Amino acid sequence: MEVKVLKGILDANDRIAAENRRLLDASRTFSLNVMASPGAGKTSLILSTIERLRERLGVGVIEGDISSTVDADAVAAKGIPVVQINTGGSCHLDANMIATALSGLPLDDIRLLMVENVGNLVCPAEFGIGEDRKVLVSSVPEGDDKPYKYPLMFTEVDAVLINKIDLLPYVKFDMRAFTVAVRSMNARASIIPLSCTTGQGLEDWTGWVLQEMAGPRS
Amino acid sequence: MHELAVTQGILDIALGSLEEAGGHRVGRIDLAIGEMTGVVEECVRFYFGVISRGTPAEDAELSVRVVPTSARCQSCGETFLVRECGWVCPRCASACSDLTGGKELIVESIEVRDGSQGTQRHP
Repeated sequence: MEVKVLKGILDANDRIAAENRRLLDASRTFSLNVMASPGAGKTSLILSTIERLRERLGVGVIEGDISSTVDADAVAAKGIPVVQINTGGSCHLDANMIATALSGLPLDDIRLLMVENVGNLVCPAEFGIGEDRKVLVSSVPEGDDKPYKYPLMFTEVDAVLINKIDLLPYVKFDMRAFTVAVRSMNARASIIPLSCTTGQGLEDWTGWVLQEMAGPRS
Repeated sequence: MHELAVTQGILDIALGSLEEAGGHRVGRIDLAIGEMTGVVEECVRFYFGVISRGTPAEDAELSVRVVPTSARCQSCGETFLVRECGWVCPRCASACSDLTGGKELIVESIEVRDGSQGTQRHP
């Protein structure tokens, strides 16, 4: 006999993500899921954000990588609470990994939790982790055609950061074409050009974060 | 590579639904997979063969309905297939749209077999 099921294949992940969210809400911790391809500047963005916001609020970080503690070491060197997740080959963080990581963080002292996902524009878009906002770091050398190539990622996020704009004079990247592409599939996302190297645009980024933290939870 | 996690989700749901229905074997699993999810059907089939081994869903047929990516124009309300039109509205040429389909990852139904009487189907 045929049995109607109609269940989301990732429902189990989504249930754990909802539990993570309840835990974070209870400690008044606002969380960002930071996604990007490898080398786009996720860690640089997180380190720059720490520098600019640490005087104003408690910051914490979860680092996701296939292996190594390179990123967590860089965060820990700044005296910021951090947990490194090594996925051991898995190409994305899932809600269960985050649940384990959260138990190792002093959430009551953390108002802003930044989660650096595994460098990948495909799989991380699929798995919610209980975050308040999803953020994508795209970078100038990757090219302006990325929205068309990875549409799921670009439709999922609340903000698209265009990093490495200091390289615009040297790299073929049409800012207008990129913006049109993002807008065509995601009209609500904020688009923020910046450079973690020169600091240009970082005020806009931290302004966005503070504004989202003050606004209604999604 | 997220196909392994996706396939594990499919197997868990199928076995859970089988138990609820009081059946003994899963004959077929009907899936809806959105074009945009990037889930590769061949990978799901491969992983399913591996992880379903020794379970009541071993040898179950996977029936996949691919859901095309579609969008609704924010300006004129036209709904269109992204595969045919890109992200630009074919009616008014506006380049602002909302996604209406293509992110599905759903187990729609399963065929439950009781193990002794072969396949039965509801009308």
